[in-house]
Amino acid sequence: MPKITVPLGPQHPALKEPGNFMLLLEGEEIVDATLRLGYNHRGIEKAAEARNFVQATYLIERVCGICSHSHATCYVTNVENIAGLEIPQRAKAIRVVIGELERIHSHLLWLGVAAHEIGFDTLFMYSWRDREYVMDALEALSGNRVHYSMNTIGGVRRDISKEAHEDILKKLDILEERTNYYIHLATQEPTLHARTKGVGALPKEEAIRRDACGPLLRASGVARDVRKDDPYLIYDQLDFKVITSDACDVFGRLYVRVFEILESIKILRQVLSNLPEGPFAVKTPFKIPAGESVTRYEAPRGEDIHYVKADGGPNPARVKVRAPTLANFESVSYMLTGDQLADAPLIIAAIDPCFSCTDRATIVASGKQSVQSLKDLRTYGIEFYKKKGIDFTKVK
Amino acid sequence: MKSIREQVAAWARTKSPWIIHFNSGSCNGCDIETVAALTPRFDVERFGIVQHGSPRHADVLIVTGAVSKQQKDRLVRIYNQMANPKFVVALGACAAGGGVLQNCYGVLGGADKAIPVDLYVPGCPPRPEALIDGVVKLLSGIKGVENAK
Ligand code: SF4
Repeated sequence: MPKITVPLGPQHPALKEPGNFMLLLEGEEIVDATLRLGYNHRGIEKAAEARNFVQATYLIERVCGICSHSHATCYVTNVENIAGLEIPQRAKAIRVVIGELERIHSHLLWLGVAAHEIGFDTLFMYSWRDREYVMDALEALSGNRVHYSMNTIGGVRRDISKEAHEDILKKLDILEERTNYYIHLATQEPTLHARTKGVGALPKEEAIRRDACGPLLRASGVARDVRKDDPYLIYDQLDFKVITSDACDVFGRLYVRVFEILESIKILRQVLSNLPEGPFAVKTPFKIPAGESVTRYEAPRGEDIHYVKADGGPNPARVKVRAPTLANFESVSYMLTGDQLADAPLIIAAIDPCFSCTDRATIVASGKQSVQSLKDLRTYGIEFYKKKGIDFTKVK
Repeated sequence: MKSIREQVAAWARTKSPWIIHFNSGSCNGCDIETVAALTPRFDVERFGIVQHGSPRHADVLIVTGAVSKQQKDRLVRIYNQMANPKFVVALGACAAGGGVLQNCYGVLGGADKAIPVDLYVPGCPPRPEALIDGVVKLLSGIKGVENAK
C-alpha cells in the first residue's frame, strides 16, 4: 500500500492552537509523525528586554492564557532571588491559592477538550460548566478571569478578604462533589474506557528517556512533581499526594488529572484554613542588582522553567521560558506512531499542548522557515551583536 | 430600499450565524473565553451560533491574538476560503491592534493588518459577555441591512 502524508494543522478544528503535524499514513495507521512549531512565535522574550522589571511581569503573564499565574510566579521569583527579597508568608500562601485554582481550572478545561475529542460532548459541557465556579473564584480574588495579574515583585497585589475566603470554601465543596462524579465516570463509564485505554501508549522508560513532564509523565508511572521534589513557596508545609497511574495511555492521563483536582482542593482547604497573617507584599527595591536566577514551577502541564538575567539596568537583560509542553512534544511523535489516524487529535490533546507557551524560537528569513543547529544560532547571535558593537567571540 | 430577496436573505443570515475560530498567535486567553461562550453558563447557541470547523461553512471568522508573521498567509487563505457574505470579528486587545505584543519582531500587528475587520471586541481577554454583546451588535448590523454586504 502506498504511504500518504496527511497534514494536521496549523488550522484544524481539533487543535485550538496553531501547530502542524505531518502524519505519514499506511492505510489508517500512522507510521511516522513530524512536528512543526513556530506558528505562534511572537517574540515575547525579546519584548521583555525592552520593558522594565515590573512591566515585564505582566508581559510574561501573557505568554499563556491558561497557566498565566505559573509563568508570572516563575518570573517574579527569579527577580526576587536576584534582588535578595524575602517575601511575606501571606504572599506565598496567596500565590499557592491562585496556583492551585489555576490547576483546577486547567484540568477541568482539559477534561472538556479531551471529552470533545472523543465525541463525548455532554462531558465537555459539564466540565466547562463546573469550571465556571473556579473562574468565579479567580475573578473574585483577582478581578479578572484569565490574566489574574496577582503577582508583583515582592508579593501579591491583592489580599484575600474574609468573604472571598468563605465563598471559595463553599465553591470547593461543590467542586469536590462534581469531581467525585468525574472520578466515577472515569472509572466506570465503558465508552470512556473503550476510547482511551491503550491509545497513545507511552511506556515508563520511554517517558523518562524523552524527558516528559507533568501529568504525562505521572500517567506513565513516574512520581515526579516539582511541588514535592523541589518545594517552592509553602508546598513543603502542605500535605498532598503525587498522583500516578501505571496505565501509560490516555486513560492514565485522564485518571491523573481528575485525581489531581481532588488533591488541589485538599491543598486549597489547608492553605485557606490557616492563612498566615501579616502583610501581603514588601516594597520593591528601586534597582535590581546584576545577577541571574533559574526557577522551576509545577504548572498544570508540567515543569515550567524560567531564567532571568539582570545586568543592573532597569530592564531584564535576558528572559528565557521553557514551557512544559516543549518537553512533552518529544513524546508525541512516539505516541502517534502505530496508532490510528482518528486517534491523533486525542493523543495530541492528551498532553494538553500549549503552543503559545512553547513557540519560543524559529528563524524566519524571507518567508522561509529553517531549522538551525546550536552552532549556527551562536554564529548568528555573535554576528547580530557585532553589528551593535558588542563582541562575544571570546565568550566560550 | 432593498428588494424582498435581499431582506429575506438578511433575515435568514441573522438566525444562524456559524462561526469559525482562528488563532493567529494568541496567548490562549481569548480562545478559551471564546469556547467558554459556547458552554452552558453563557451559551451563545441560543442565538443560533454554532462553532464550525470548516471555513467554507462559516459566516463569521473570529480572529484571536496578534497576527504573527507565520500565521498571516494562513489567515488570509482561510478568509478567502469563506463564502460571501462573511464577517470578521477581532477578539481581544491583541487582535484589535497588537495589544501588549505590538512591535514584537514576530508580530505583524492587529488582524486588520491582514484582512478587513467588521467588529472589534476589546479586552484582555474580553469576557464572554463582551463577545456575546459584540456578536449581537454584529447581527443587528446585518439586520439593519445597510451594513450588510
Ligand atoms: S488580548 Fe490578552 S488574552 Fe487575548 S490573546 Fe492577547 S494577551 Fe491573550
